[in-house]
Amino acid sequence: MPEGLLIKGGHIVDPSQGIDSIGDILIEDAKFSKVAIGTTLRVNNKAIRVIEANGMYVIPGLIDMHVHLREPGYEHKETIQTGTYAALRGGLTAVCPMPNTNPINDNATVTSFMIRKAYQEGYCKVYPIGAITKGQKGTELAEMALMHEAGAVAFSDDGRPVMNSLVMRRALEYSKILNVPIISHAEDLNLTEGGVMNEGILSYAFGLRGIPKAAEEVMVARDIALARLTNGRLHIAHVSTRCAVELIRRAKAEGIKVTAETCPHYFTLTEEAVTGYNTNAKVNPPLRTADDVAAIKEGLKDGTIDVIASDHAPHHRDEKLLDFDNAPFGISGIETLLSLSLSLVSVGILTMSGLVEKLSLNPAKILALSGGTLKEGCQADMVVIDPNKPFTITEESLASKGKNTPFLGRVLTGKAVYTIFKGKVYEVV
Amino acid sequence: MKKDLVSIKDLTADEIRHILVTASTFKDVLKRDIKKVPTLRGKTMVNLFFEPSTRTRTSFELAQKRLSADVLNFSVTTSSVVKGESLYDTLRTIQSYGADYIVIRHPCSGTPHLLSKIVRASVINAGDGINEHPTQALLDAFTIQEKLGEFKGLEVAIVGDILHSRVARSNTLCLRALGANVRYVGPPTLIPTYLPKGIRAFYNLQEGLRGVDVVMALRVQKERMDRGFFPSEREYFKLYGIAEERLQMAAPNAVVMHPGPMNRGIEISSEVADSERAVILEQVTNGIAVRMAVLYLVGGADA
Amino acid sequence: MTKELLNKKDIDRILSRIAHEVIEKNKGTEGLCVVGIQRGGAHLAKRLVSKIRTIEGTNIPVGSLDISLYRDDLKTHRPLPVLRKTDIPFDITDKRVILVDDVLFTGRSIRSAMDALMDLGRPAQIQLAVLVDRGHRELPIRADYVGKNIPTARNENIEVLLEEEGKEDGVFIESP
Repeated sequence: MPEGLLIKGGHIVDPSQGIDSIGDILIEDAKFSKVAIGTTLRVNNKAIRVIEANGMYVIPGLIDMHVHLREPGYEHKETIQTGTYAALRGGLTAVCPMPNTNPINDNATVTSFMIRKAYQEGYCKVYPIGAITKGQKGTELAEMALMHEAGAVAFSDDGRPVMNSLVMRRALEYSKILNVPIISHAEDLNLTEGGVMNEGILSYAFGLRGIPKAAEEVMVARDIALARLTNGRLHIAHVSTRCAVELIRRAKAEGIKVTAETCPHYFTLTEEAVTGYNTNAKVNPPLRTADDVAAIKEGLKDGTIDVIASDHAPHHRDEKLLDFDNAPFGISGIETLLSLSLSLVSVGILTMSGLVEKLSLNPAKILALSGGTLKEGCQADMVVIDPNKPFTITEESLASKGKNTPFLGRVLTGKAVYTIFKGKVYEVV
Repeated sequence: MKKDLVSIKDLTADEIRHILVTASTFKDVLKRDIKKVPTLRGKTMVNLFFEPSTRTRTSFELAQKRLSADVLNFSVTTSSVVKGESLYDTLRTIQSYGADYIVIRHPCSGTPHLLSKIVRASVINAGDGINEHPTQALLDAFTIQEKLGEFKGLEVAIVGDILHSRVARSNTLCLRALGANVRYVGPPTLIPTYLPKGIRAFYNLQEGLRGVDVVMALRVQKERMDRGFFPSEREYFKLYGIAEERLQMAAPNAVVMHPGPMNRGIEISSEVADSERAVILEQVTNGIAVRMAVLYLVGGADA
Repeated sequence: MTKELLNKKDIDRILSRIAHEVIEKNKGTEGLCVVGIQRGGAHLAKRLVSKIRTIEGTNIPVGSLDISLYRDDLKTHRPLPVLRKTDIPFDITDKRVILVDDVLFTGRSIRSAMDALMDLGRPAQIQLAVLVDRGHRELPIRADYVGKNIPTARNENIEVLLEEEGKEDGVFIESP
């Protein structure tokens, strides 16, 4: 077991310290002990393992603030062990699982269970997100403070919206005790009404019931109004429409405490991916139009959208092998998060520094987590990325139990080659 | 021709015309004393109906038997197949019976498409969710051709619940491919918000029927009223029911069609349903001939 | 390589001869009717009936038969099979049917035609008249009236062109 780790000659990108240049990083005792920019570190200790990182990016470990790890209750789809292992392979050192497990994570017992499981079997850090309401039923507030004490970092009823505006108001007000965000799955269930893909010309062509963009827009507008009223902290999950981006932009300009996240499929795919009744493209919110994709990219570029998260929603193969109406919603995205997001850098929408903000620094800030940085003294969670390495997405190349991704068969460019968690190196092969 | 008929989009305009021509030969066969030809003798046809349907199933069954094929009927009610849970298993089991043709009706759009990728047999879509009902559109086109001749420039009004109608959608594709013009007439709540170019929507029945050559009335389902698409049956009939006076606006020799079964007094008045203009029973007869043509022309497992 | 074996005049003489043979064999035209197999046989059938009218002065009923629905080779049929008209506007029950085809080869078309006729009625007798018999029978079928016997190799092709189809009358043999 080497006493330390030296990452040599990589392109270090750490926006938390304003670093964006070639340098070396030394890790000792599972912490960053030295970060040298522009110079090389000379280390005499032969027991230190050296990783040559020429031509690679060296960045803080990614933090995925929106995943579904399915445990407890749906272990056939994914477990904390398999999910965090897949996360590690995707360059992630921390994930935030949503509470729509079985039993639902609406109390400290389930929160503790998840944390304990992650500690015993997990491959990266797990920060649970607790439910806003008991049973995610949308009527009574859950014990946020007790869950927070047990380790929950934010609250959401994700999977579902909080339909009752009064309950959402109370949640935003109550969350101020803990100064944590309320994460909104913005969907008006009544407008969705049996819909399975974006409502538009294509849903007409395919003979499938549509989910109108208005279903997202009305709830984003509502949540922003409530954030304004309560001065609570609002975070909008998986933004998919132009109008939602515009509403958030205006709210931020006004000074309302709102942050937002989107997922890679919303800036790389459109509703066309559903062609042929491809259930791997069935997701909620649904894939939208080219105009929305453009708006998401604009929102990422100008900072309206703060975070890129995966909304990792693994399902068992049998469950997606159904007719489109009955297949469950969800894309397995934890392992493709980084590679798909790198495409934003190659087309100039984001700089690498900007990307690190979206994938690491901002989630850490929003959820008040340690991490998202390479600062000396901090826990050594980082990832070495080869921006040119091809990544062929196949069922075999994915470690997650969930193979339900519309990117099957695609070759992406750029992936994590070494993920370092608590100073331990995992080589992604 | 493709091995399956899952959507009207699977057919070129020429292939549609060929089916109609072939159907008229089969219509002659149906007039003979021996209403049978040995053409598909020894072929196994499975009728897989996940939704109850007497008319369409019977029509297919007759067509199959007139072609001397062996027919197996599976009526799978949704309670016995738990919400699609064992759909793949059911479909693969059918294939193991050695089916050459599978005629499938399913409550979810896209299922025949799925089936055609799993099985070697020829898949014929007898209605999938709100998506398509290709043989209905073909028999409607056949009926129109018999009555009115050429399709180019014909004005067809589809009236009623277009949003949930697979008959409307297949007919729209078929008629436009043949050169006819299609318009939708109905309450805004039952017409899709996003329509392809070239289809006009009319919320006023009189305007919608002006100069029209074919009036296709769609069945109104009571549950649409219960789910808030329109307030009551009597208001629906007042605004959109096909009654004698409303037809004054249409072309003088306009034809009235209905895929059946009819709700007399809701989407269509009894007088119109029983009048000379209504070709509803002919649609049924033609259905058998058209389905025989489809089964004859679509490949079969060896194609 | 294509070679003409029979020309317009040859075909005409053959039809005249067959017409005489039919009348002779059946001792007149009572109870006779003629059915031609689409397409070539149907045209020849009409010509035959016309010849018989000239000789005997009687009109016998004539019809055409499409055998597509009775074929035994559906698996290998071309992409879009075309159905032609079966037009037999008279009852064939108890009649002597003269079935007419242009080329007799394996015999399978004739078998299909007989099956089709049986579905349409119960003829008293079926007699077969062909313009050309090229051999290579695969079924026990023989013609009662033959225009010309033309021995062929399996891979050769006999083509019968007729005026009714817009070509000059002629019978050709094609060798690869």
